[in-house]
Amino acid sequence: MTDLDQLKTDALTQIENAPDAAALEALRIEFLGKQGSISGLMKTLGKMAPEERQVQGPLLNGLRSATADAIAARKEAFENEELEARLASETLDLTLPAPDVPQGSVHPVSQVMDELAEIFADLGFSVATGPEIEDDWHNFTALNMAETHPARAMHDTFYFLQDRADQTLDNAPNTRMLLRTHTSPVQIRSLVEHGAPIRIIAPGRVYRSDSDATHTPMFHQVEGLVIDRAIHLGHLKWTLETFLKAFFEREDIVLRLRPSYFPFTEPSVEVDVGWQDVDGRRVLGGDGDAPGHGWMELLGSGMVNRRVIAFAGLDPDEWQGFAFGVGVDRLAMLKYGMDDLRAFFDGDRRWLSHYGFSPFDQPTLSAGVGARA
Amino acid sequence: MKFSLNWLKVYLTTEADAATIAATLNAIGHEVEGIDDPAERFAGFRIAEVLTAAPHPDADKLQVLTVDTGEGEPLQVVCGAPNARAGMKGVLGLPGAVVPANGMELRKSAIRGVESNGMMCSVRELELGEEHDGIIELPGDAPVGTDFAIYRGTSPVFDVAITPNRPDCMGVYGIARDLAAAGLGTLKPPRIDAVEGRFPCPVAIRTEDPEGCPAFYGRVIRGVTNGASPEWLANALLSAGQRPISAIVDLTNFMMLSYGRPAHAYDLAKLTGTVVARRAVAGEQIEALNEKTYTLDETMTVIADEAGVHDIAGIMGGEHSSVTPETSDVLLEIAYFDPERIGVTGRKLGLASDARTRFERGVDPAFLDDGLALLSALILELCGGEASDVVRAGAPPKEPRIVTFDPGLTRRLGGVEVAEDEQRRILEALDFRVDEAWQVTCPPRRHDIEGPADLVEEVVRIHGLDKVESVALPRAEGVAKPTATPLQLMERKLRRAAAARGLDEAITWSFISEREADLVGGGPWVLDNPISEEMKVMRPSLLPGLLSAARRNLARGASSLRLFEIGRRYLADGEHPSLAFVLVGDEAERGWKTGKPRTFDAYDAKALVLDLLAAAGAPVGNLMVMGEAGEVYHPGQSATLRLGPKNRIASFGAVHPALLKAFDIDVPVMAGGIHLDAIPVKKGAPSFARAAYAPPALQAIGRDFAFLVPADLAAADLVRVVKGADKKAVVDARVFDVFAGQGVPEGRKSVALEVTLQPGEKSFTDVEIKAISDKVVAAAAKQGAELRG
Repeated sequence: MTDLDQLKTDALTQIENAPDAAALEALRIEFLGKQGSISGLMKTLGKMAPEERQVQGPLLNGLRSATADAIAARKEAFENEELEARLASETLDLTLPAPDVPQGSVHPVSQVMDELAEIFADLGFSVATGPEIEDDWHNFTALNMAETHPARAMHDTFYFLQDRADQTLDNAPNTRMLLRTHTSPVQIRSLVEHGAPIRIIAPGRVYRSDSDATHTPMFHQVEGLVIDRAIHLGHLKWTLETFLKAFFEREDIVLRLRPSYFPFTEPSVEVDVGWQDVDGRRVLGGDGDAPGHGWMELLGSGMVNRRVIAFAGLDPDEWQGFAFGVGVDRLAMLKYGMDDLRAFFDGDRRWLSHYGFSPFDQPTLSAGVGARA
Repeated sequence: MKFSLNWLKVYLTTEADAATIAATLNAIGHEVEGIDDPAERFAGFRIAEVLTAAPHPDADKLQVLTVDTGEGEPLQVVCGAPNARAGMKGVLGLPGAVVPANGMELRKSAIRGVESNGMMCSVRELELGEEHDGIIELPGDAPVGTDFAIYRGTSPVFDVAITPNRPDCMGVYGIARDLAAAGLGTLKPPRIDAVEGRFPCPVAIRTEDPEGCPAFYGRVIRGVTNGASPEWLANALLSAGQRPISAIVDLTNFMMLSYGRPAHAYDLAKLTGTVVARRAVAGEQIEALNEKTYTLDETMTVIADEAGVHDIAGIMGGEHSSVTPETSDVLLEIAYFDPERIGVTGRKLGLASDARTRFERGVDPAFLDDGLALLSALILELCGGEASDVVRAGAPPKEPRIVTFDPGLTRRLGGVEVAEDEQRRILEALDFRVDEAWQVTCPPRRHDIEGPADLVEEVVRIHGLDKVESVALPRAEGVAKPTATPLQLMERKLRRAAAARGLDEAITWSFISEREADLVGGGPWVLDNPISEEMKVMRPSLLPGLLSAARRNLARGASSLRLFEIGRRYLADGEHPSLAFVLVGDEAERGWKTGKPRTFDAYDAKALVLDLLAAAGAPVGNLMVMGEAGEVYHPGQSATLRLGPKNRIASFGAVHPALLKAFDIDVPVMAGGIHLDAIPVKKGAPSFARAAYAPPALQAIGRDFAFLVPADLAAADLVRVVKGADKKAVVDARVFDVFAGQGVPEGRKSVALEVTLQPGEKSFTDVEIKAISDKVVAAAAKQGAELRG
C-alpha cells in the first residue's frame, strides 16, 4: 500500500466516522481547505517533472475527488437526518377545525328573478323596471280601471297621505300617489318609453293591504309583455308553456287556460298548471286531471286591452300582444319547496342559509337555470 | 255565488252531472271554488221507523229503540230525544256515517251498558236548522230505507266566483244561459205573464235624480200575508247561503239570486206621501237594515218620502220601512241605478251588500217590467193579496250597443280557427243578434262588451280555450344582444359579491314604523292606510329593516351575523336603488387558534364596502374617504366614500350606540351603505379588446419611510402626497405601521410607509433613488411629516 492509498483510507474512514456536520466541516478544511493536507499535495504537482506528474497527477486528483465526494455524501446524509428530525417535530393535528370561512347566500327571490331573466333573455325579453310609488293613472286608469271601476276594490291599495300629495313625483302632477298593486304599470311606462315592438319582463315588489297566513302586504311579481304585430293567444300559450317548462326544468308541465277577467286584457285568461302528489308534496308537472293529480291557479294573463295600448300612445289597430303576471315568491315556493311566505321577509339567518343560494349558482342556460338541492 | 243543481235545473234542461257542469263552468270563465254535495254529507243517513221504544234500564233520560231500516233485522238504538216513540219515522245515522254538525263518525257502541247501532238525528245535527229539542219527525209516508239525501231531494251546491264584468251571471238564470251556449243543455226561459193591476197605484213615485236613478218602477200589493217562506224557497236561499226571513223579503232575494235583479219592498204603512228617488241632503241619516246608522251626503242617491230617507238606493234598505210579518200592504221598487254612483256611495259608506255588488257592476236595464211582473206573481202566489197598476218614473238606458265584428279576428287575436257559423251560433246563444254583415247587437245586460275583442272572448271561451294551439314566438333575427341594463348588472354583481364575502341576503319590508323612520332622519312617504303602525312609512334607509332583522336573530341566539339587502330607499325625490349591510357581533367565534372571539370593527365594514364597490365596477382608486357619514353612525368611527366632494357613493362605520339601543341591540354593529345610482355607469366600450399592455421588464423596488406626523393627520393625506411626489416613479405607497407612545413625541404619531418605485427602461441609479426619496420626504413635509431619524 502506498502512502497515498493509506492517506485515502484514513481520510474516508475519518469522514465516515464524523459525528456531526461540524466535525465533517472540520475534516473538509483539514483535507481540502486552502491549507489542507490534500490541497498541499496538489500543490506539489507543479514542481514535479513531467514524467512524474503524469503518474502522480491522476493519483492525486483521484484522491481529492474521492475525498470531496465522500464529504458531499456525508453532508447530504446529515441534512437528511436533520430534515427527518425537523419533520418529526412539526406534526399538526389536522383534525382540529380550520378557521371558518363565512358562507353567504343569495335570497330565493333574487335567485328566481335571475332565473327568470335568463329564461326570458333566451326568448328575447329584456328586464324592465318602474317605480313602486306609483300614481293612480299608471296603476289603474291607464290599465282600463277608471276611478269607479269595481275591480279597484279588489286591489286593497295602499295610499299615501293626501297632505303629502305635494310630493307627487314629476311624472304625475296632481294625482294621488299609491303603492303599486301589481307590476302592470311597468307595461305602460315601457310602452310609452320604448314603443313597439317590445318584449319585456318586469319583476319587482308590489303591495296589497292584505296580511294572513298566505298573504303578505309586500310581495314580488313578474310582469311579461309582448307587443308586436299579429301576436295572438296561441303565442301567449306557447310563451307560458316554454317559460314554465324551462323554469321547472320539466317536459311534463301542462297548462289549463280558463277565461277570466282583468280590465287590462281582453280576452283574459287565467292559467292553471297541473301538479301531482309526490310524498305528500305538490310537485308541478304531470297530468292535472288524473287521480292524484290536480290543477292550481298560477297566473293571470290575456291579450292586452286595446284601450291600454291606446293609453300607452300606440295605435291598437296596428299593435297587439299579450301580458301576464305571476307571483315570484310563489314560483320560488313551488320550485324550491318553502311553505311559509312570511319567512321570506324575516331575515332569519338560519332560514336564509338553508333556502338561500350559493353566489356561484348563477343561473345560466348552459348550467341549467335552476340550482338543485 | 252559491246555487244548487236543482235551482240551476229550473232554467236549464240538462242530463249533465255536477262534475261535468263544474268543469264546463270553469272552462267558460266561471270559476268553481267548491261543490258541496249533500249526498256525500248525508251518506249513511237513511229513513227509519221506530218500532218499539222502551226506557233504558240504567238511565232516566234515555230510551232503547228498535228501528226498522228497511233491510235486515231491526236495529237497537239508544236515544235521548224526548219525542222518540214507537211508530214515528225519522233519520237514522248508521255506523260509519259522519255527523255533519260536528264531524263525529258514528260507531256501534254500548251506551250505559246497552248496545246502540247508530243515532237518530236532530235537525241541528244534520245542519238543517237550529232545532235540537228532539229528533227529526218525518211524515208518515216517508219511505223507510230510503237514503235521506234522496228523500230530501238535496242537490249539490256550486260555489262559483263570478268575475266583476259579468253581473248578468250573478243570477242562476244567467249562468244557465252560458251553460246552454256551451252545449250543456237547453235554456228554459221563465214564463212571464203580465200581472194585471186591480186598482190604481195609491202611491205616487218620482225620480228627481235622473242621473243616479234613471228609472224607478213600482207597484203596491195590498192584503198580503207575509209569513215564513215555503220549504222550496227557504231551501233555495239556504243553498245560496242566505238566511230565510219572511216570504216577501225572501222573494226579493230570490229574484236577485235567480236573475241578478235586486228589488226592494217597503211596508206601505210606514211611508208618507210621494216616494221619490233623489239626492240625499248632506247630513241626512238612515238606519239601514243592518241596524247601523249612516250619514249621507249630497252625492248619494236615496229613495225617500215626505218624512225621510227609506233606502240607500241600490245598496241597502232602511229599517223603518222594512216589511215585517205584520205587513199587509207593500210597495215594490224595481229601479235602475247608475253603476258608478252606486260604487262611489258604497265605498264612501264602507257598506257592501249583494244589491250593491250587482248595481255597481250594472244590472239588466231591459228587465224592469219583466222583473216586476215575476216578483208580483210570486208574491201573489205565496202571500196572497192583489196588485195595483204599475207606476213608472223615468226610463232605463236601453240603447243597445252595436259592434261591427270581423269573425277573422277570432283567429288573429284569439289564435284559434272557429267556423263562422259556429261563431254566429255562439253569439246568438248568448243573446247577441248577428246580422248578415256581422253587425252584432249586444244584449243590454252585457255592459262588458265594448268592442270586437270582447266578442272574440265570447266566442273563444264558449268554443273552448283548450282548443287554442301553442304557437312559437318568432325568434328575433340577428345576434342576441344582452338584455340587462347596467344597473341590473351592477345589482347582480353586488349581490353575488356580497354573498361570496359571506353575507346572507335578506329582503325586509319596504315600510317601517314612523319611529324607526325618524331614527334615521324621517321618511317623506307616509301611508294613509297602513296595515299596522309597524308598516307605515316607506323606508328612507335600508338600515332599520336590517337592524330589526339583526335583533330578531340575536334574540334567537345568534352571536355573529352578516346580512345585506339590495333594495330601494324612498326619498322625496323618488326611489333610489341601494345596498346596505350589517356586520353584527363577532367576526369570528372563539377558537383554539385565535382565543377570544373578535368583534367586527369599522375596518371590516370599510374592507367590505371597498370590495363591493370594486365588484360593482366603481372607480375605487379615485374614492376619497371623507366624514359626515350621518347620524346613524358613531361620529368618530365612520366615513363616507366620495367621487368628488359632493358625490357621496357609500358610507360605512360603527352604528351609533344610541341607534342600537333604540333597536334593542346590545352588541356592536358595523354597517355600510352603497348608493347604486351614484356610481358612474361605465360607458360600453366599443370593443372587447383591452388596452395594450406588457408588464414592465424591470422589477419594482421598495423603500421604507417612517414619518413623524401630527397625531390628527389622516393617513390617507400622507399617502396621497407621497404618491404624488413623483408620479412617474412612485406607483404605490402602503402604510405598514402606525405607532404612538414611547419614543414618539406628544402630539405626534409614527406612520411607516412602504413606497414602491417602478423603473422604466433602465434601472434606477443610486443618485436617482436618492432624488426620488428626497421628493417623497419633501412632499410629506407639506403635511407636517418629518422623517424619523
